[in-house]
Amino acid sequence: MSDPVINPPLNPVYTGDTTHRQDSTGEIHDHGHHEHHKDNFITKYIFSQDHKMIAKQFLITGMFWALVGGMLSVIFRVQLGFPNQAFPILETIFGKWAPGGIISPDFYYMLITMHGTILVFFVLTAGLSGTFANLLIPLQIGARDMASPFLNMLSYWFFFMASVVMLASFFLPQGASDVGWTAYPPLSAVHEASPGSGAGMDFWLIGMALFIFSSLLGGLNYITTVLNLRTKGMSMSKMPLTIWALLITAVLGLLSFPVLLGAAILLIFDRTIGTSFYLDNIFINGHALPNDGGNAILYQHLFWFLGHPEVYIVILPAFGLVSEVLATNARKPIFGYRAMILSLLAIAIIAFVVWAHHMFVTGLNPFVASVFVFLTLLVAVPSAIKVFNWIATVWQGNIKFAPAMLFAIGFVSMFISGGLTGIFLGNSALDIELHDTYFVVAHFHIVMGISAFFGMFAGVYHWFPKMYGRLMNNTLGYIHFWVTMVGAYMIFWPMHYMGLAGVPRRYYSFDAFQSFNMFGGLNEFITMAAMLVFFAQLLFLINFFYSIFYGRKLTNENPWQSNTLEWTTPIKTGHGNWPGDLPTVYRWPYDYSKNGDEYIPQTTPLREGETGGH
Amino acid sequence: MSTTITNHNRFHPLKFALWLGIASMIMLFAALTSAYIIRKAQGNWVDFRMPAIFWFDTVVIIISSITMQWTVRAFRRFQVNACKIALTITLLLGIIFLIGQYRGWSAMEEMGIYINGNPSGSFVYVISGVHAAHIVGGLVIMLSLLLKMVTSTFNPNRLVRVELMSTYWHFVDVLWIYLFIFFQINIF
Ligand code: HEM
Ligand SMILES: [Cu+2]
Repeated sequence: MSDPVINPPLNPVYTGDTTHRQDSTGEIHDHGHHEHHKDNFITKYIFSQDHKMIAKQFLITGMFWALVGGMLSVIFRVQLGFPNQAFPILETIFGKWAPGGIISPDFYYMLITMHGTILVFFVLTAGLSGTFANLLIPLQIGARDMASPFLNMLSYWFFFMASVVMLASFFLPQGASDVGWTAYPPLSAVHEASPGSGAGMDFWLIGMALFIFSSLLGGLNYITTVLNLRTKGMSMSKMPLTIWALLITAVLGLLSFPVLLGAAILLIFDRTIGTSFYLDNIFINGHALPNDGGNAILYQHLFWFLGHPEVYIVILPAFGLVSEVLATNARKPIFGYRAMILSLLAIAIIAFVVWAHHMFVTGLNPFVASVFVFLTLLVAVPSAIKVFNWIATVWQGNIKFAPAMLFAIGFVSMFISGGLTGIFLGNSALDIELHDTYFVVAHFHIVMGISAFFGMFAGVYHWFPKMYGRLMNNTLGYIHFWVTMVGAYMIFWPMHYMGLAGVPRRYYSFDAFQSFNMFGGLNEFITMAAMLVFFAQLLFLINFFYSIFYGRKLTNENPWQSNTLEWTTPIKTGHGNWPGDLPTVYRWPYDYSKNGDEYIPQTTPLREGETGGH
Repeated sequence: MSTTITNHNRFHPLKFALWLGIASMIMLFAALTSAYIIRKAQGNWVDFRMPAIFWFDTVVIIISSITMQWTVRAFRRFQVNACKIALTITLLLGIIFLIGQYRGWSAMEEMGIYINGNPSGSFVYVISGVHAAHIVGGLVIMLSLLLKMVTSTFNPNRLVRVELMSTYWHFVDVLWIYLFIFFQINIF
């Protein structure tokens, strides 16, 4: 069991084999008679190889990180909203980081750096893809588990180790990394550049390297599983959009994360061996560093070659989840199934050729910039197709306003708002004015941060019954939705005006700038709104953990009357997913309100004269 | 009775996964070599000649690919001893390759090209070093494969594992040839 590669081939075609199956460990499991044999606490909950348990591990670790990352933003918002005002409690908690109850500049930079790193990578990449790819891929394509459950388990444990390293970095004497989540050199390359450029940055790099291995192992498995282990009848054109989205996300990750690893390797050499890949003529504390001949912009190219696909790695799973939730709760077929798939593919391909729109002000050749403007604006086309199709899907539907549905609709709203500001930024001429202002902060929080969170919430509310066999509380869900929806706009909408007025991002304080005094009150307002939204998330956490133990028990294995395969498994789904044969698929997943039937599961054979889909 | 194991009629999922892994490794080296090109275009670039030992290493690793292929062939025909010998030779050639790399780096230092000098040299050290790390990883797996073969009875089901090993090994071989040609063309 120690090495999955030794074992005899996993048999990808399960048909004809009824209650027995051979998994990749070569053992024959008998699912008809008893749940897994030698399961003890350790193999069931900790070193589990069951994709459903691994999904929960990713989800709960992700929730822990979301809490930490959100908390960090509340703390730095205190400084932005109430600059120079003393809050003695801060000194009590953070000691030297908040002398006299005022957050120190070094602490501020550490907070924003770790906030960005944690939310982008640990929550919205690992937490989102990790949870839903693991949970939904085998269940929705009709497989017993992932192609390699062992690698899948490793993927989680690499993420766990990355988490331990990142968390430990907070407790270093000089603190965690404080060089920005993008880790640009020279700040990130020179140990003495700032307190967090030393050990904090070392931990950051180790944590990220572990994280990258985790994503690569996960991605390998997701792609292999989707392409090889689909059940009988589940052709690519009958796959739910969730699976398409998760598949394409995994491909993006597989091709872009190694590039970040390459950038990190060069950075590590600059930091430890004294190479000069990124460093040239640096003076620090009055003395010159020996490094000569490096180029800091090189790092930006490598970073954003990953960085831009990364934002789609964050948002594509949300696209998939939202498509599924919208169709199910509108009781209507998804509008433009093929267009949805093609636009996912188009977005994924374009994602690799737009990275320089993050670098318009780095002295990029204007001709090259104009090419990147064109490619960037091209993304608007598939994005608009998706938005149009989502709206057309709910249009005149028989809408069931479950909390998942509200979040899915909220997602579409947020994605439109944030997408539109992207079009401003994609124009290099406008970007000269807007780069590194709060306009950018507003843009990426709405389009990536909030939207992806909404997709994730929609997913959690919708698939919670599948994960725990119970329902979450609806009233708390509604309060959670409305406070978050309104609060998120209250936080980020005003930032657009500040950005247009030129307020730069990543500034600890604006005291020295008369021109920005007028935004004092607005900053205070934003901070209050941020706290409100943060507390609404606690409501969600309470609802989640309370419902695991005390939620209303499911009585029906298909609570949302959905068509996809995961709802044909028993309420308490064992390892192996289906007690008997694997289901056979006859139709696409979106036969809602068809010929007088409200829904027709994918396992229902076609009727006479009926065609299989869309 | 046939004397060879027939291949599985479907593409094995682990082989598929390995190819995906190879795609991501290709991206890593594509990133590193593009960084090289971008940096070189900026001037302040010290030219030097790649030490001759790297030619020797290129030959060594090509031969090791051939012996790896021999291993797979022997395995398919149940030629247990031939298989062990071929794999041992492959392993040794891999180790010789690593020694050669080390000698190459020493030769560069003797030429005055240091890892923390001009980026033209640093890139060669780092890129060949990252490649060498891939060789080390391959050798570790190869060693465990060999130990299993020596210590336990012949198990035809292990064919997949041998094939995975050979795919990976051929990949790092081709990767080296690419890097070698890349350096030869670009150093000047
Ligand atoms: C509670 C809600 C949130 C608030 C109040 C908030 C607030 C902020 C603020 C004010 C900044 C700018 C800091 C500065 O420039 O000095 C920032 C940066 C950032 N936030 Fe958030 N944020 C929130 C949620 C999120 C989410 C959900 C994500 C996930 C994508 C996220 C990712 C980032 C990133 C990547 C940065 C850039 C960090 C940097 O450039 O230094 N934030 N956040
Ligand atoms: Cu971008």
